[in-house]
Amino acid sequence: MIKLFSLKQQKKDGESSPKANNQKKASAAQLRITKDINELNLPKTCNTEFPDPDDLLTFKLIICPDEGFYRTGRFVFSFKVGPNYPHEPPKVKCETQVYHPNIDQQGNVCLNILREDWKPVLTINSIVYGLQYLFLEPNPEDPLNKEAAEVLTTNRRLFEQNVQKAMRGGYVGGTYFDRCLK
Amino acid sequence: MSENQEVSQNRWGHLRKVLERPGPFSHPEFEPSSDILDFIMSTCKVLVIGAGGLGCELIKDLALMGFKQLHVIDMDIIELSNLNRQFLFRHKDIGLSKAEVAAAFINKKVKGCQVTPHYCKIQDYDETFYKQFHIVVCGLDSIVARRWINGMLISLLNYEDNALDQTSIIPMIDGGTEGFKGHARVILPGISACIDCTLDLYPPQVTYPLCTIANTPRLPEHCIEYVKIIQWPKENPWGIAIDGDDPQHITWIYEKSLERALQFNITGVTYRLVQGVVKNIIPAVASTNAVIAAVCATEVFKLATSCCVPLNNYLVFNDVDGIYTYTFESEKKDNCLACSLIPQNLPVEDPSKMKLKDLIELFCESTSYQMKSPGLTTYINGKNKTLYISTIKSIEERTRENLTKSLIELGLQNGSEILVTDLTSPNTLTVRLKFVNNHIET
Ligand SMILES: [Zn+2]
Repeated sequence: MIKLFSLKQQKKDGESSPKANNQKKASAAQLRITKDINELNLPKTCNTEFPDPDDLLTFKLIICPDEGFYRTGRFVFSFKVGPNYPHEPPKVKCETQVYHPNIDQQGNVCLNILREDWKPVLTINSIVYGLQYLFLEPNPEDPLNKEAAEVLTTNRRLFEQNVQKAMRGGYVGGTYFDRCLK
Repeated sequence: MSENQEVSQNRWGHLRKVLERPGPFSHPEFEPSSDILDFIMSTCKVLVIGAGGLGCELIKDLALMGFKQLHVIDMDIIELSNLNRQFLFRHKDIGLSKAEVAAAFINKKVKGCQVTPHYCKIQDYDETFYKQFHIVVCGLDSIVARRWINGMLISLLNYEDNALDQTSIIPMIDGGTEGFKGHARVILPGISACIDCTLDLYPPQVTYPLCTIANTPRLPEHCIEYVKIIQWPKENPWGIAIDGDDPQHITWIYEKSLERALQFNITGVTYRLVQGVVKNIIPAVASTNAVIAAVCATEVFKLATSCCVPLNNYLVFNDVDGIYTYTFESEKKDNCLACSLIPQNLPVEDPSKMKLKDLIELFCESTSYQMKSPGLTTYINGKNKTLYISTIKSIEERTRENLTKSLIELGLQNGSEILVTDLTSPNTLTVRLKFVNNHIET
């Protein structure tokens, strides 16, 4: 058990003038994301793109599924890691327009670990695998794009055709999709 | 003078009973003495972070316990809604700095007390400021701020040959409340569990599944979240991000949420609820703040005086249904990225000759490291810098040129710390460069 202060122990007088940005140490969020990035173990269908190598908090993930409805497509996700990582999950948006039951036109992604089931023990790698899984097994039970979910449940062939149509670029229903074949 | 002494004897009589004689709960090394009271009153410097609900209680408690060298830091200004529990503030103070008003109030009311206010963010000060304190006590509602001060106090630790220099430890007492629940904990940086060791213990923000919000809303909160997450970015009425303090924004969200609630037959959307959900407000309860602050202030007193063994190390409190408290020892994590990275000194003969690839070679070939493909980052002038990461293609391509640069050319200095991660170890290694020929130091 330690006894902290010997009496009369005077601390060094501090200077009270604000001096911003003079820290010697990276923040805890920075340390954690650095570790996550170094330990990224991407499946062969995934790739990352860092626009600024010094900024590990902002990057893109590119998924090119090699099986399932979405094979031959190329889908870009943006990741923004905040100062409260890993207490809070990174903000992830799908930048590619995609006909998918769990992704809407604004790029919102319905993946439990991105919101309600996020835990600090999870890593960037967990999210990558979660996103990849969404393309292998789109989940009509938790839809963001209700029409797509309905087609998937009632007519898998039509769903597959719609996915193809959207990936080639064109209208599905009333919505226009940009081409995203790799 | 003698009269003053007498007044002082009476005024601090209760403290003297604890400090001038031993008791069954005394710290094993406690030596009762009248000097201890002197230490509290004239030497011991305590920093209170936050002058809100907990902060007001803390400053008052500490001032009345005899601490005279108090500092308080808070970046916020006083709002009308604070006044029901932040009792150092009055209606006329609305719009003024919390730290400044709180300090002035205590200095006026508590004779001899000198509270120094700091109306700014904790991040505005560097280590020269934080070094001056004996103890830091936090009444914060932000985890980011907690983690920042936690990291700061850890960075002040001194290690000599891997042994922690105990005089460099500044204990941190962390209090927190959420409605009828609260916690208090004692952190001895480098010795006991830190904020990042136990990040899981802080409750996550309330979130709802996106698909529920989008398709099967049942609660008024679901409707508000829908407008906030989906409708706002889509329609973007003012072309900017939501500002929770802008009544126009709140009104817009309120109206749209009402429409959506009507559509799904949901009742309970009110303007106040919209404000609460958008700003993530958890209602504050004055009595919980008072209890938690009292526990924290007692711990400050125990640490400053050694009169009692401190809390070991985490107390939870809940008065939703009767009163429940529980104390447990949260464990320090061996691989905590905040408190387990003890810098290892690395002597460098000639930093203008040593290239980054030589350093990496050292990590791979030296028997004490034996790494496979280490990733190296550092922190220069308040900015993260990636020196080399081989495992990410886009980073490798753009940091490859660093390999042939010397440490000096990379901007590294004597004392610079390099973070090294490698798949051979779950831990991150911190290496502190020691330039052997010190005259090269820039
Ligand atoms: Zn820790």
